[in-house]
Amino acid sequence: MRRRHALSTRLWHWINALSLVVLFMSGLNISNAHPRLYWGDKGFTPAEAWAEIPRFPHWLTIPDHYSLAAARDWHVLFAWVFALSLLLFMVAALRNRHFARDLVTRAREWRPAAIGADIRAHLRLRFDHGGGKYNFLQKLSYGVVLFILLPLMILTGMAMSPGVDAAWGWLGAALGGRQSARSLHFIAAWGLVGFSVGHVVLVLLSGPWGQVRAMITGGRTDEAA
Amino acid sequence: MRRRNLLAGLAATLTAGCTRIGQSETFGTLVDAAEGLHRRAHRAMGGPAPLAREYPRSAISPFFRGNGSIDVATDAYRAHQASGFADWRLAVGGMVERPMQLSLADLTALPQRTQITRHDCVEGWSAIGEWTGPQLGPILERAGVRPEARYILFRCADLLGGAPYYESCDLADAFHPQTIIAHRLNGDPLPVQNGAPLRLRLERQLGYKHAKYLAGIEAVASLEGIGGGKGGYWEDRGYQWYAGI
Repeated sequence: MRRRHALSTRLWHWINALSLVVLFMSGLNISNAHPRLYWGDKGFTPAEAWAEIPRFPHWLTIPDHYSLAAARDWHVLFAWVFALSLLLFMVAALRNRHFARDLVTRAREWRPAAIGADIRAHLRLRFDHGGGKYNFLQKLSYGVVLFILLPLMILTGMAMSPGVDAAWGWLGAALGGRQSARSLHFIAAWGLVGFSVGHVVLVLLSGPWGQVRAMITGGRTDEAA
Repeated sequence: MRRRNLLAGLAATLTAGCTRIGQSETFGTLVDAAEGLHRRAHRAMGGPAPLAREYPRSAISPFFRGNGSIDVATDAYRAHQASGFADWRLAVGGMVERPMQLSLADLTALPQRTQITRHDCVEGWSAIGEWTGPQLGPILERAGVRPEARYILFRCADLLGGAPYYESCDLADAFHPQTIIAHRLNGDPLPVQNGAPLRLRLERQLGYKHAKYLAGIEAVASLEGIGGGKGGYWEDRGYQWYAGI
């Protein structure tokens, strides 16, 4: 019997969920240290900033008081957990054909009429997968998260490090400079929050117990999704 | 509203739990391991001595912020300031064959390096400035660092929150070509808020490593017993010793 979710997918899903929570909440503490964002390589004054970020309350930050030192410890430790688990998951998902089988979209799925129908089905809370494991909007959002937002978090994080910047100056340059990398890091983080909220809401609307159980035990392929 | 309180309560439980974990010994060991991993990864990525990015003049920040100590509130420093730091001495000692006392004139007589680099503060902001001064490597070669020395210690004239500021780096960083003892910023003598008359430039690491108001350089075998024993003022207060991230 083939499981609905491979063991590698399940392990990564929960490790990644924990990593993202820790990285996001320690990241908010780090943001409080200098809550302004800039484009380019440099920036300090309000006049140079494109955004003033509100200070995040302590019940939302790790640790639960302002400590840049402790927040950075959490952040750069879980950066390794996050990046290495993503790498291992991607290798596994290529080898067990999870990407090729479940995430690759077909040309017909991109037709406006098909996308419109999928959106209307979602609005009616009908999550028909048309024979495949995931519907088009699911493939699209998982694809954006897996291949754009998560790698962007890693690359922009690395580009902010002066040690990496000395070794791989092309990375920071490609991202538009260190402060641009910092801004993109912030934007992508909130993009992931947006995805996570949508993800959890859709799980709640589509039979949460079965969904969560399948992501823990693996579930069975014939189970309705 | 109740649901919001529930969410806030959940988050607060999580953050309080993480705060407790963060104070545990195991967590400290993991954090130290991650720091070592970063340092080795950075060195492996760039080969033996990659240079920090250097910028054109047009990229220089209009205002270079002074952070941390922005003055030294002692009569001795005021007297040095009044005399243009003519009597300021940089002591080079510790585990070296030939201890030295270098004046500003001695330092400016050495071959100079000028570099326009980006200063990244641990808080998140960046400023670009043009720094001029002699490389640290040749000074250490002249002093003759003994083989048992593993770190270079930087002693500063300022007190921050009542404690003396200090910093340290390993020999690889001390002998890096961009590691200079800067006495000029953007072509002018170093302003007081930026560390007059001398500051370390340790490109490839965060701002707090760039010790200001530099008074002494020592070669040491270990960082234990110096200050809080963690290798620097901010390190003693929980920040990473390897500040390349």
